[in-house]
Amino acid sequence: MNLKKIYSKNREMYRLLGIMVLWLIFMAFTQSKKFYTGANFLTMAGQFPEYGLMVIGGMLCMMTGGIDLSVVGSANMASILCALTAIRLYGAEGSMGAGGYILFFVIAVIVGLVVGTANGLLVARVKVPPILATLGINELLTGLSVVMTGGAAISKFPKEFCDAFSKNIGGLLPMRVLVFLIAAVVIWFMLERTTYGTKLRLFGTNAHVAEFSGMNTTALILKTYITSGICASIGGLMMLSSYASARADYGSDYTMKAILIMVLGGVSPNGGKGKMSGVITALVLLKLIESGIRRFRSVSDYYVTLIWGAVLLLALVLDYLSTRPKKAKA
Amino acid sequence: MAQSLLKAEHVKISFGSVHALRDVSLEIAPGEIHCLAGENGCGKSTIIKIISGVYQRDGGTIEFDGKKLDRITPIDSINMGIQVIYQDFSLFPNLTVAENLALNTEVASGKKLVSWKNVRKIAEDAVSKINFDVDLDARVSTLTVAQKQMVAISRALMFNARLIIMDEPTTALTRKEVDALFEIILKLKAQGIAILFISHKLNEVFEISDRFTIFRNGEMVATGLTSELDDRKFTYYMTGREFADQTFVPAKLSKEPVFELKDASLDGAFENINLALRGGEILGITGLLDSGRTQLGLSMFGIMQLTSGKILRNGKEVSITNPRDAIANKIGYVPEDRLSEGLFLQRSIGDNIIISEIDKLTNGIRYDLKKRDAEIARWVKELEIKTNNPENPATTLSGGNQQRIVLAKWLACDLDVLILNGPTVGVDIGSKHDIHAILQKLAGSGLGVIIISDDLPEIIQNCSRIVVIREGKLVAEYDTQNVTEQMILDSMM
Repeated sequence: MNLKKIYSKNREMYRLLGIMVLWLIFMAFTQSKKFYTGANFLTMAGQFPEYGLMVIGGMLCMMTGGIDLSVVGSANMASILCALTAIRLYGAEGSMGAGGYILFFVIAVIVGLVVGTANGLLVARVKVPPILATLGINELLTGLSVVMTGGAAISKFPKEFCDAFSKNIGGLLPMRVLVFLIAAVVIWFMLERTTYGTKLRLFGTNAHVAEFSGMNTTALILKTYITSGICASIGGLMMLSSYASARADYGSDYTMKAILIMVLGGVSPNGGKGKMSGVITALVLLKLIESGIRRFRSVSDYYVTLIWGAVLLLALVLDYLSTRPKKAKA
Repeated sequence: MAQSLLKAEHVKISFGSVHALRDVSLEIAPGEIHCLAGENGCGKSTIIKIISGVYQRDGGTIEFDGKKLDRITPIDSINMGIQVIYQDFSLFPNLTVAENLALNTEVASGKKLVSWKNVRKIAEDAVSKINFDVDLDARVSTLTVAQKQMVAISRALMFNARLIIMDEPTTALTRKEVDALFEIILKLKAQGIAILFISHKLNEVFEISDRFTIFRNGEMVATGLTSELDDRKFTYYMTGREFADQTFVPAKLSKEPVFELKDASLDGAFENINLALRGGEILGITGLLDSGRTQLGLSMFGIMQLTSGKILRNGKEVSITNPRDAIANKIGYVPEDRLSEGLFLQRSIGDNIIISEIDKLTNGIRYDLKKRDAEIARWVKELEIKTNNPENPATTLSGGNQQRIVLAKWLACDLDVLILNGPTVGVDIGSKHDIHAILQKLAGSGLGVIIISDDLPEIIQNCSRIVVIREGKLVAEYDTQNVTEQMILDSMM
């Protein structure tokens, strides 16, 4: 197979990899001492899973042509519920064992299930546009979280979970990255090795035809939003472990970040298109850029957002230039 | 012939390595109705685009009104009096009729403010030219296809048109509407306006045109007076093939009906329909566009739900409330609009074929890609879908081949009953014959087939029985061995 063919097979990913290489070279020339350190890479790796999980779940919703704006709400709801449950069971100063970890994951899955079902039913049955349905649910969840916590951070609860998931396995692989990788493999398997992926892409291409083809579209939408909900809630657990506290308004910029990464990774906002490889590349690239910029003292944090916007536009323009039909020769 | 209005000779154009037009000539006299026919991809649309200035030709000469034209731009073309009415009419659905009609003039006048009085006057003048009675304040999206077409024609006439090109104007019209359109075309002819009428419907070519030209594969194969043309020649010119035409006779019928409707009603669409379909039979359902025939088809497939009445399969009542129920009961439905209901156009041919049986192509929880590929290969071969790679998107195929994909999708589900709504709309003649042959073969193997269509020659030739639906009621039933088009038309109206 020639290079051109390989490139055209996964255009989005190779393009991002290209940008990534350029960036890494740039960093090597300018900030190699501060950037290319083991500690820096470990820090970067430890940070992205919390929104990375929201990205890989939310991507499924975007592939249906919808969107999940309730990811941050679900994440905070899950982490607050976990913290409150731990306080109730073990006491604020107490300690919990491995059973507690499992309990946390069970709570997260239940939150994801409930939120996903609500989103899915609103979208599939009540036919509310996904952007409104999930926005409404997100506001509802955030409101509930504020009521439950009084708007303050909960930081006095058993911290064993936070400590355990802030460790690096063998000093190399952060636990949170492991959780992310497991989720990514599960979703990759769903997309590429089960019929779900084909159905999702076809449904995203044309929901009306899917109906005429006898697809159970309600079940498909439910499954999609539930998966997204569960991923987001587990993302909430990762936030809990990283901040060692839970609060109703943590990660408020993650929704936009997640959408940016999906689109950058080649998921079409019109539905029907998206690959795990592209999205993960986008995720890593963004983290590298963000972290790289922070190495420059003279560049304020505010520029990070600006640069993201520029990267997104660049990727979209490149995509437009390379996929538009060649004009017929006059 | 007197001096011709448009004379194109030896026109050539290629796109990359594809020779879209090899050598075509087309001559139209003033005030003549000229029919341009040919299968999909023969170059009909390409020549229109050359005449209207969208494409520039690579070779050949074009004369309009005796003047040689080196290069035509869209503006030149409009200024010379050439108007094209495309299939989609190029109207703004969200604007009113009056706005659509007056927009060009208003924009061209360069005024910044809109004078509504003026808009109304322009629009009134425009519709009065063809005595078209319409609410000028109605939004175009609320009009019927026929009315939209009239708006497009009215708009075309505002520019002192001398040649109006209509690209397959009758595709979405009912018989009555086609008659109305023809009346207008004749009126335009009387005013000395030439019409280039693109169609591949045989009966229309005969009915309306003075002369014809037929293209095949980018070449002109025939041109002449319509009066010298007959069915057989027409089909031969179009396809380069000869077809036998005879009425379908079922080989073997099942004793008991495989599919029945008992007193089926859907509020606002049809009432008390009783039907029985036997295995091996092809039943035609026909009626005008708003007769309820499409709703009837959709109800049999569960997209719409009957308000009362029963559906029986092999004599037993079944509940069909969604397409999944229908498929579980071995009923398939080829929808009316292939592009918006039948196909995932941007997706691969393969995915389109297997989507309805995908849940069977698994191995445990895994999607069995080997089974998938085998199944796709089987159907591509069985239905002779012309593709060298089934992973190409469905858009890469012609209408006829796309329709075969939709057929393959349902055949792969191993059905007992197949309902087709307008199975050959927008399909070229060659493929149309092939699709009919496939349907007849399927019926021969015991499948019960229902064809819903207002293409009367199609149902007369392919069905063993025809029922006519009018205003939601079954009004007549015919055996196709002794029925004429006129008899069916009489009961339809």
